[in-house]
Amino acid sequence: MSTVVAAPAAGTESSGTRRPRRGGEQDASGKLFNRLAATCVTLFALIWLVPFLWALITSLRPNEEIAANPTTPWSDDWNLDAYSYAWNSSPLGWWYVNSFVISTLTVVFTVVVCSMAAFALVNLDFRGKYVVFGLVLAGLMVPVEALVLPQFLEFRTLGLLGTYWAVILPSVALPVALLVFHSFIRAIPVALIEAARLDGAGWWRIYSQIAMPLSRPAISAVAILTFITSWNAFLWPLLVLTQTKSQTIPVGLSSLVGGSAIQYAETMASAVLGILPLLAVFLVLQRQIAQGVANTGIK
Amino acid sequence: MTATALPAPRSGVEATRPATAGRAPRSENRAGWLFATPFLALYLAFLIGPVVIGLVISLFNTTTVRAGVGSWVGLSNYADVLTNADFWASMWHSALFTLLTTPILVLLPLLFAVLVSRMSRNQWFFRLAFFAPYVVPSAAVCLIFAFMYTPETGLITNAFGWFGLTAPDFFGSTSGAWFAVVLLTVWWTFGFNFILYTAALQEISEEVYEAATLDGAGPWQQIRMITIPLLRPTIGLVLILQVLSSLKVFDQIYILLTGGPNYTTRPVIQYIFDTGFSAYRGGYAAAATMVYFVVLVVVSVAWFLVRRRSNSADA
Repeated sequence: MSTVVAAPAAGTESSGTRRPRRGGEQDASGKLFNRLAATCVTLFALIWLVPFLWALITSLRPNEEIAANPTTPWSDDWNLDAYSYAWNSSPLGWWYVNSFVISTLTVVFTVVVCSMAAFALVNLDFRGKYVVFGLVLAGLMVPVEALVLPQFLEFRTLGLLGTYWAVILPSVALPVALLVFHSFIRAIPVALIEAARLDGAGWWRIYSQIAMPLSRPAISAVAILTFITSWNAFLWPLLVLTQTKSQTIPVGLSSLVGGSAIQYAETMASAVLGILPLLAVFLVLQRQIAQGVANTGIK
Repeated sequence: MTATALPAPRSGVEATRPATAGRAPRSENRAGWLFATPFLALYLAFLIGPVVIGLVISLFNTTTVRAGVGSWVGLSNYADVLTNADFWASMWHSALFTLLTTPILVLLPLLFAVLVSRMSRNQWFFRLAFFAPYVVPSAAVCLIFAFMYTPETGLITNAFGWFGLTAPDFFGSTSGAWFAVVLLTVWWTFGFNFILYTAALQEISEEVYEAATLDGAGPWQQIRMITIPLLRPTIGLVLILQVLSSLKVFDQIYILLTGGPNYTTRPVIQYIFDTGFSAYRGGYAAAATMVYFVVLVVVSVAWFLVRRRSNSADA
């Protein structure tokens, strides 16, 4: 698979990748090893950026020029025409709105519903608690993606097909999210909660004013990952959102694949527009996102 | 999305938290249920519900066009599914995709995470380059790669020429199609595993390496004798997450190839999609769903049991 593409080296020459963090004093062979490793990894990382750059470059070139010189990363006539064309020829604006509303609502519901249940499982003694916990653990092993057909029939019976709810509801009760909250809330000292009880605080106040503020890392991890997952979901929204205007970004964009073979720039412009919102979020929250993946995926 | 599956059962100790002494007062019992009810209701309705519905419908000759379940046919849908060559072909395609992607996506990110962790600076750059594709929607990935795979003019097609090779027919031949979809998947989901490894690497204490250096261990020895053994649990985790998400492949193959050429790459989910939603054979597709569902559950349960055993062996 290393046959990818010789990167037309982008300007981001990463100086200083050569100093070994680990190991302190190194002998000559150690230095050589680290230098070699650094070069290799840097090259690989640059190759990784090629598809992004290629889409961006193509979207800024005129179609005739692309057809004449398909692999030249340069243009004599950079322009944004393809973007205005892409924006006007498909309901991208609607797709943005739909994706945004669906993802945001999914995040809000997931965080509230899962953290409440986790709080109950940690701090409240109620009958059947262990059965509930067992159900949650079992839920980790249920591959929801495989169940689209029965799920579809269920939503048709409920009359919810074509609505935002059809996309939002199935992804709210997420066992992993509950477990992430569970492990955070469990780390809160019991004494703190008992003190609040003695002061006469109700359970809702303890949940909203003690447990939640103290689980902020869990909230951000769950929120970020739910947002990405929900924004990028494809199969389920494809099935339930059939109107062009009600589709989300991934579903809408997929209809452009294999479309007109000559409108390279427009197609790439749509791809860039589809990537942009989440990539912007990613650039701002890079560290938190990486942390979130690590927190939820590991141990 | 392939690698989106975040699930990872945390070690099974949660359930053993000692109950706070004595019986629960009634108010606490009620509060507990009130807090847990929204989750439970949605969980039962949309996670357990579809399993039950799928099970029931697989026993009827339901069609997807009309409401109602149709008439009882017993196990004949299952008999049809299990003797259908197209179904097994699609099962094989999902398995083949798993076999092709898993080794690359478990080992390559491991190698690069280990190498990157040895660098002192610019780690953000690697995180950016490797992880950014993960936040890109599948359809956008497919748009870009379809363009790069274009016969004659595509960037990747041409890249083969730079090395004196001829590019395979990415859309017309089965092997070319597999190559295309595997390469795309590696690019797209590499970062997720990379981040999992990176996080685990950060937990390894610096002192271990310092001690090893004092003892005269070179970098390669350090990686082999310290890093890899300490990462073993993470490698196991990445492996199972990768297997499960690869078995559920749909997006890339459907968008890029529609399972083609001539259904030779069609994965199970698309088979269920085609029979259930295009051919309207709801009962039959539900039976296929249940067979596939059982395979996935068996894989996760097997992993869970293996983990439990190795955890208790460690303790």
